[in-house]
Amino acid sequence: MNKDINAMPKKNPLSLQLDLQSFEKATDEEKFMQQRMRESTTFFKDGMRRLKKNKIAMVCLVIVVIIVLIAAFVPLFYPYSYDDQLGISAGQASDASYNNLAPFEYGETELKRIEAGEFVFPHIFGTDAFGRDYAIRVIYGTRISLLVGFFASIIVLIIGAIYGSIAGYYGGKVDLVMMRIVDIIYSLPDLLMIILLSTVLKQTLAPLLEDTFLSKLGVGMISIFIVFALLYWVSMARLIRGQILTIKQQDYVLNARSIGASGSHIIRRHMLPNCISVIIISTALQIPSAIFTESYLSFLGLGVSMPMPSLGSLASEALSGVYSYSYRLIIPAVAICLIVLSLNLLGDGLRDAFDPKLKK
Amino acid sequence: MDSKLAFYIVKRVLLAVFTVFLVITITFFVMKAIPGGPFLSEKSPSPAVTAQLEAKYGLDKPVLEQYTTYLGDVVQFDFGPSIKNRGRNVTDLILEGFQTSGKLGIIAAAIAIVFGLVMGSIAAVFHDKVIDKVIMVLSTGSVAMPSFVIATILLLVFCAKIPIFPSNGSTAAGLVLPVISLSLYPMAYITRLTRSSMLDVLGQDYIRTARAKGVSPKGVIFKHALKNAVTPVITYVGPMIAYILTGSLVVEQIFNVPGIGKYFFSSIINRDYPMVMGTTIFLATIMVIMNLISDICYKIFDPRVDLS
Repeated sequence: MNKDINAMPKKNPLSLQLDLQSFEKATDEEKFMQQRMRESTTFFKDGMRRLKKNKIAMVCLVIVVIIVLIAAFVPLFYPYSYDDQLGISAGQASDASYNNLAPFEYGETELKRIEAGEFVFPHIFGTDAFGRDYAIRVIYGTRISLLVGFFASIIVLIIGAIYGSIAGYYGGKVDLVMMRIVDIIYSLPDLLMIILLSTVLKQTLAPLLEDTFLSKLGVGMISIFIVFALLYWVSMARLIRGQILTIKQQDYVLNARSIGASGSHIIRRHMLPNCISVIIISTALQIPSAIFTESYLSFLGLGVSMPMPSLGSLASEALSGVYSYSYRLIIPAVAICLIVLSLNLLGDGLRDAFDPKLKK
Repeated sequence: MDSKLAFYIVKRVLLAVFTVFLVITITFFVMKAIPGGPFLSEKSPSPAVTAQLEAKYGLDKPVLEQYTTYLGDVVQFDFGPSIKNRGRNVTDLILEGFQTSGKLGIIAAAIAIVFGLVMGSIAAVFHDKVIDKVIMVLSTGSVAMPSFVIATILLLVFCAKIPIFPSNGSTAAGLVLPVISLSLYPMAYITRLTRSSMLDVLGQDYIRTARAKGVSPKGVIFKHALKNAVTPVITYVGPMIAYILTGSLVVEQIFNVPGIGKYFFSSIINRDYPMVMGTTIFLATIMVIMNLISDICYKIFDPRVDLS
């Protein structure tokens, strides 16, 4: 018999025997099809790749990183401090020669030290009316403004995400009531309410906070955070609710519910991770708007408390001497614009990179 | 007008009324929460004098009674006497200041809308050309500048370095710079808004149909496209008024304009609480009404919007 032992036996159409053809060895061509041609990409990798292609956003990212690094680390080793009045030293009459120095000028005692051959770190932007080094004040003010922007956005994010996801997930009457509350807060004129609340909080909080570590932070800062926590979370809550409403229809949510996952588990594990792009984008765009608000309040004198500087309060202080010391106004003003502009453009870039709706 | 729209308007009006009521309530109780009352900040008068003053301003009554009295007064547009401006009524001061502020705000809003629409349309029509890029760079830059930064820089350049305009805003020429500093941000915003909605509209089929029928390029833009591109701008009018009004609080201070902002600023510093309350409620009411109008107009002008 000349029977090929490798050939498959013929299958009887009525038999329950397995189709032996599916147990044949794979050909090279079939093996090739299983090979991964390219590393599979994740959501973040894909977004970052898009972001890297966006030149404007990358330039802005670099600017933001540089500003953050300067604001975070330069005050650590800078020879002057933001509240150091250089003309005043213990046991001596105050030295007025340090007040209102022009950039790269020195006070009298410093000049003597330079003559003696000592190195004195220059006052790059001069000093202010109280003899404080202006460069470090601007850097410190930038740090404060960035911190306010960052933490205010985090507060808004947390409250908005929790509120919005609960309203969206439970729906029905819960959603109706929660969203009416959002509607009402949304229709309040926010900036006016902020001015009002900060005026009041400044008065009421000051005695409460005395002797706690919070008093160092300043009542103004804390009232800004409280105000943001009270009023600014509503648009974030609306956004998240909208996302949750669409995600709720997905099968994996139904699956999770059918195997008995609790509501909070589903929201935390399945829903919020799926709105991450919306969360990133709106948080990124929230930071510049918080910096805007903070500088406005500080300009009105309701923001950070003296002697702590913020970019808004520096601009406000400079206004009184604007004709003789105009650079003192321009420097913080440029800093605000640069920060807000680069954060805005970076936020736009993030939106283009991470928003699934914009993908082509 | 169909019943759905009427229902929406009624709902929206009720929400607005409730919002104003809420603003009054918040303002009242928040102000009451300040320890010491409004007289503490002065050169501490004797207890007898304080008691007399409190009786005069009705501050010795229970808080709830004070609240209902205040609510009743506010409805009649009476914000009570100013504590720091002796013998003056808060209502009078607000109305006096608002004559200037209102003028300033209306001019700034009008300029922002007209120039914003024009520049946005130009940018959309010349999409990706040089002029589009210039307009976009300018408007992106302007959106990053707070009004007080614009105002102080204008003050520095046009009053100090090149003295073209007076730095005192009480004359007509003095209002030029405040108007510019107030209108720049909303103008840039409207430009961006118009550009993107115009680009969206210009890509639609009915525009192609109009072009195919031989409508002139001008006719396409002005008769067909602009009408639909303008609706997103309507929704921005409410927030814009809010921005201009709060911005004017600072800008008036910088340029010395005798408007509502100047009183407001000094009343915050001097703790003139009736004045702060009155101004807040007055401005908030204007903002809520403007929001109401712009929301309703949006629904009327854009029938595609879902009313449910």
